[in-house]
Amino acid sequence: MTALRFDNATIRLGRRDILAAASFAIRDGEFVGMLGANGAGKTTLMRAALGLIPPAQGEVFVLGQPARRGNPGIGYMPQNRDSAASLRLTGWDVVASAALGRRFGFVRLDKATRSEVDRALDLVGARDLARQPLSEMSGGESQRLMLSQALLGRPKLLLLDEPLISLDPAHQRTVVEIARKLCDDLGLAVLFSAHELNPLVNAIDRVLYLGGGSAVIGPVEEVVTGPVLSRLYGTEIEVVRVQNRYFVMAGGVEVERDAHLHEHDHRHSRSPSHHDHGASA
Amino acid sequence: MLEYDFMRTAFAASGVAAVLAGTVGFFLVLRGQTFAGHALSHVGFTGATGAVLFGLSPLAGLVGFTVVAGVGMGLFGEKLAERDVAIGMVLSLALGLGLLFLHFYTSAATQATALLFGNVLGVDPGALLTLAILAAASLIALGALGRPLVFASLQSELAEARGVPLRFVSAAFLAIVAIATSECAQIVGILLVFTLMVGPAAAAANLTTRLGAAIALSAGLALAEAWGGLTLAYYTDWPTSFWITALSGMVFFGAAGFRRFA
Repeated sequence: MTALRFDNATIRLGRRDILAAASFAIRDGEFVGMLGANGAGKTTLMRAALGLIPPAQGEVFVLGQPARRGNPGIGYMPQNRDSAASLRLTGWDVVASAALGRRFGFVRLDKATRSEVDRALDLVGARDLARQPLSEMSGGESQRLMLSQALLGRPKLLLLDEPLISLDPAHQRTVVEIARKLCDDLGLAVLFSAHELNPLVNAIDRVLYLGGGSAVIGPVEEVVTGPVLSRLYGTEIEVVRVQNRYFVMAGGVEVERDAHLHEHDHRHSRSPSHHDHGASA
Repeated sequence: MLEYDFMRTAFAASGVAAVLAGTVGFFLVLRGQTFAGHALSHVGFTGATGAVLFGLSPLAGLVGFTVVAGVGMGLFGEKLAERDVAIGMVLSLALGLGLLFLHFYTSAATQATALLFGNVLGVDPGALLTLAILAAASLIALGALGRPLVFASLQSELAEARGVPLRFVSAAFLAIVAIATSECAQIVGILLVFTLMVGPAAAAANLTTRLGAAIALSAGLALAEAWGGLTLAYYTDWPTSFWITALSGMVFFGAAGFRRFA
């Protein structure tokens, strides 16, 4: 069985085809890094897997079933995590709100839910951290909490949308290591989107690269090459590899780094409170 | 002071409205929709004055109009609720219309003051019963909506992905807000609903980091402020609404100071 399969799927936003008849599959228990330029459709692809955007053509399968909204088999960490970050609620309460959030009626926080929340926090090593209010956590710390919510309900597929954004290299490494560990220990398939390949390159099994409506999946050394990326970006791309680091260049300028910096600035201007406070984790 | 019937009714009415306002207000603050709550109360002014003009009870007009407006706001989606300019315009338009209705209604002045700044001493036992029933129904609805509401407020994208019907939650919540604002308007008036809806909730958020405690504290503070204001008004003969706003302001700034220095 495959964790996620796009079968000739066209995903349309407005009039634009974000993915045009794309086919690829992510296997059970596989850690896949998803890369692509800004606007290449990384978030859209995840939303399609979550059943929030139905494919215009073709089909999307999650764990063998057609994609549908509210699928408990998927754990999701969205990119916009600002709303909760400024709150003075404890991390525990925020995670618990996600655990009970689907149920209408007078729902008590019972013992089973409590232990489920604690388990999710333990998996990312955030049980003690969760006693603090979210507003007093660093970017890396709140990221771990958000990751733990994705584990509620014991999903088989994790969709992590840009977990490394606005984190310094040390915290980036921690998040990637946690994702790898979840993949190994729990047998979860992980789809991890990022702007830069290098923080992921040693951890991932394969890379899924998006661009120009196409998706290419494969081992890093086969996908991150001049010819493949030139086709995806629709422009001449050169890939420079130094030891195990990759530099994707277009006309002598590093492509991904620029995209990354751009997003970085944008984010900071919107939410000054979301800075990472350095080595406090 | 409790030997007077009108004082007992006033305590009961302000108590009911304050507990409802404090509870609902906490969610309003959590969702960052306080301005929407403010706008709803102004829409209520149009409803109340319109109802009076057509010979209906102002409370019926207030509740009816705000609930319709609240549901509408909710259905148009979260985005509308965040559009300050649009809400501000609706707010002025509503007040302007209310003014027009008052213009057509003869004994305008006292009615207008009561609506704008509240008249808790004028609540009669019949109105008290209505307030109590509406408050009980609102609190029950809020309880049933509670978990998805908190989830959608804290993390709307994740909630959407998990299958929470965001629009329904938003519309149902704003209908409850509409009832709470209408009740508050009876006590402190349309212009001052912030004082019971937002003040205690914002103070509570500064004093505790636990969800359950914050909701209880918000309701408790609102109740204390309402009853405290009523008591002070009785002994000073100054307006009740003034005292409630004064207490609410003190508690809010005190809590902000506590957070800063504690």
